[in-house]
Amino acid sequence: MKRLIIRKKSRKNFLTYGIVLLAYIALMAVLGAGAMPSALKGLLVPMCAYIIAALSLNLTVGVLGELSLGHAGFMSVGAFTGCTAAMALVDSGMPEWARIIIAVIVGSVLAAAAGVIVGVPVLRLQGDYLAIVTLAFGEIIKTVVTNLYIGIDPKGLHFGFLKPDIGLGKGGRMIVNGPNGISGITKISTLTAGFVIIMLCLVIIFNLVDSRSGRAIMALRDNRIAAESVGINATKYKLMAFVISAAMAGSAGALYALSQNTLTANKFDFNTSILILVFVVLGGLGNMLGSIVAATVLYILPETWLRQFSDYRMLIYAVVLILMMLITNSSKVHALLGRLLPQGKSTEKEDGADA
Amino acid sequence: MPELKFEKGKMVPVPSHSIIPERDLGHVPVLECSHLGVDFGGLRAVNDFNFTIGKTEIAGLIGPNGAGKTTVFNLLTKVYTPTRGTILLNGMDTHGKTTVQINKMGIARTFQNIRLFSNLSVEDNVKIGLHNQKKYSALEGVLRLPSYWKKEKEAHERAMELLSIFNMEYMANWRAGNLPYGAQRRLEIVRALATDPCLLLLDEPAAGMNPAETAELMENIVKIRDRFQIAVLLIEHDMKLVMGICEGICVLNFGEVIAKGTAEDIRQNPTVIEAYLGKRGAESC
Repeated sequence: MKRLIIRKKSRKNFLTYGIVLLAYIALMAVLGAGAMPSALKGLLVPMCAYIIAALSLNLTVGVLGELSLGHAGFMSVGAFTGCTAAMALVDSGMPEWARIIIAVIVGSVLAAAAGVIVGVPVLRLQGDYLAIVTLAFGEIIKTVVTNLYIGIDPKGLHFGFLKPDIGLGKGGRMIVNGPNGISGITKISTLTAGFVIIMLCLVIIFNLVDSRSGRAIMALRDNRIAAESVGINATKYKLMAFVISAAMAGSAGALYALSQNTLTANKFDFNTSILILVFVVLGGLGNMLGSIVAATVLYILPETWLRQFSDYRMLIYAVVLILMMLITNSSKVHALLGRLLPQGKSTEKEDGADA
Repeated sequence: MPELKFEKGKMVPVPSHSIIPERDLGHVPVLECSHLGVDFGGLRAVNDFNFTIGKTEIAGLIGPNGAGKTTVFNLLTKVYTPTRGTILLNGMDTHGKTTVQINKMGIARTFQNIRLFSNLSVEDNVKIGLHNQKKYSALEGVLRLPSYWKKEKEAHERAMELLSIFNMEYMANWRAGNLPYGAQRRLEIVRALATDPCLLLLDEPAAGMNPAETAELMENIVKIRDRFQIAVLLIEHDMKLVMGICEGICVLNFGEVIAKGTAEDIRQNPTVIEAYLGKRGAESC
C-alpha cells in the first residue's frame, strides 16, 4: 500500500537542498583548514560542473523523457562562449566574481540559443531518432569549435572560421585558436560559484516540476496523445524543457572552462555526453539527488582512488558501474534502506520519476 | 440493480436528417457532422457520416468491432484529418484545427485503451486537465510569485471538486498507474471534464466493469450531463447502458451509418439486428 501512494515531494526537495548545503559547508571547512590534498582540490570545480550537467540532462531524460546523446555539445557552447567572454574582459579591471557571473550568463544564454536551434527541428522526432540527431549535433559542435578562431584587439572581437588569419590589429591576442582551443585561462571559477549554480539549478528544476508547466512536460513524457487531448501544446513544452536543460549545461560548461588551464573542443566529445548520461541513469531518472551523488562518486573515483590500479583503472571503473547499477536496482537494498531511514531516502527510487 | 431514474428527452427531427432532444431546439447543436469521411490508402474507414448532437444530449455510437467508431472520435478530435466533409462545433467550422485547438474549442475525450499519466498522482492528472483553465507562466511558477500560489490553490480545490463526482478524493495522492481498472476509467472522465468541455466523448467507458459498476457509471454520466449541462457522445458495447441512457443513437457498420434514431427505433431496426445486435440481443436489451 505504501508504494501506491506518492509522498509529498517538498520533503525530498528540502532533503536535497540540505545535503548539498551540508556538503558545501563541509568542503569549505576542510579547504579552510588546509586539510584537502592538492590533487583533490583541483577536482572540486569540475565536479560541480559535472553535477550541473547531470542535473540538466536529468531534466531532458528524466522529466521530459527524451534521450539526448549530445549534451556535451551544449556544455561546449557554454564553455567556449563563456570563457571567451571572461578572457575578453581580463583587461577591464572587473573583479573575478563579476567575470564568472558574466561568463556563466553568456555561456547559458548562447547554449540556450543552440538549444532552440537544435530543438525546433529535432523535437519533432521521437525516441531513437531524437537520440541519433542529438548525437550528430554534439559532433557538429565539436567540428565547428575545432575550426573556430576568435581574437580580440582594441577594436573589439574578431571571428574567423577555418582560417587562422582573422585580421587582428596591434595589441590584439587570440582567444580561441582553432584546434588548439583556448590556452592560458586564468582559473577563476571557485567552489562557491559551483555551489551557487547547483542550488539555482535545483531551485529551477524543483519549482518547474511542481508547477503547471512541469506537469505539462511530465504529461508529455507519460502519454503524448492524452496530453494533446487535454490541450497541452507539445512543441512548446518540449522545447521549454530542452532549452532550460541546454542553458544549464551551458552554465556547467562555462564553470568548467574557467577551472582549466587549457580547453580544446575534444574535451566535449561523445564520451563526455555518455559519461553525463551514465550519471543520470545510475542516479535514477528524474531523481535529482541521485544525479548529484552519482556525478560526485563517479567523477571523483576514477581520478583518485582508482589511480592506484594504473592500467586497470577503467576496468575497475566498469566493474564499479555494474555494481552500482545492480545495487540501485535491487529491491533488497531498498528494503534495507527503508528500515534504516523510515522517512526519507528509501522511497526515492519508487517515486523518483516524479521528482 | 437499482432502477435508473432518468427521463429521456422527446426527440425531434432537425433539417440535417438527425434527431435532437426537443429541449435543445433553441440552441445551436454542439456537434454537426456532414458527409464526414476519411480514407486510409484505398480503405474507406469512415464514409458519409452525418450526425447532429443537441446541446445537452446523451448520444450513442454503436456498431461491430472495426466499424469505425473510434475512427470517428479520432476525426472529431483531429487525431486524423478528415478526407471529406465538415465538422461544426457549436456552429464553428473546425477545419484545419489541431487536437490542442479542438480541446480548447470544447471537445474532451477518453480513450478505449486507457491513457493516463501513469507515473503522476491522481490529483496531478486532474490538474493537467486544468492546464488551460488555471493559467500562469513557467516563470511565475519557478519564481513562486503570488499568482502561482493563488492558481495552484484554485487548481487543487477544483481538482478535488471534480474528483468528488466519483468519490475519489481519498485517492488524490495515489499513483494513477496503480489505481484499480474501474478507477482508472473514472479518472480519465474526470480529467476530460477538467478541460471544461461542451462535448464529452467517452470511448467504451464501461469496458471491463461489472454490472453494478456499469449501473453506477450510467447514473454518473447522467449526473455529469445535468450538472455541467454538456453533451455526451459515447461508444459502448454494453447495450443496457446504451439503450438505458442514450437519447439519439447512431449505428455504424463498415464505416457507413446504417441506422439513426432513438433506442426504440434502433432495437427494432432489421438492418441493425442483422449487422450487430442479433435476434436474441435485440430481445434482451
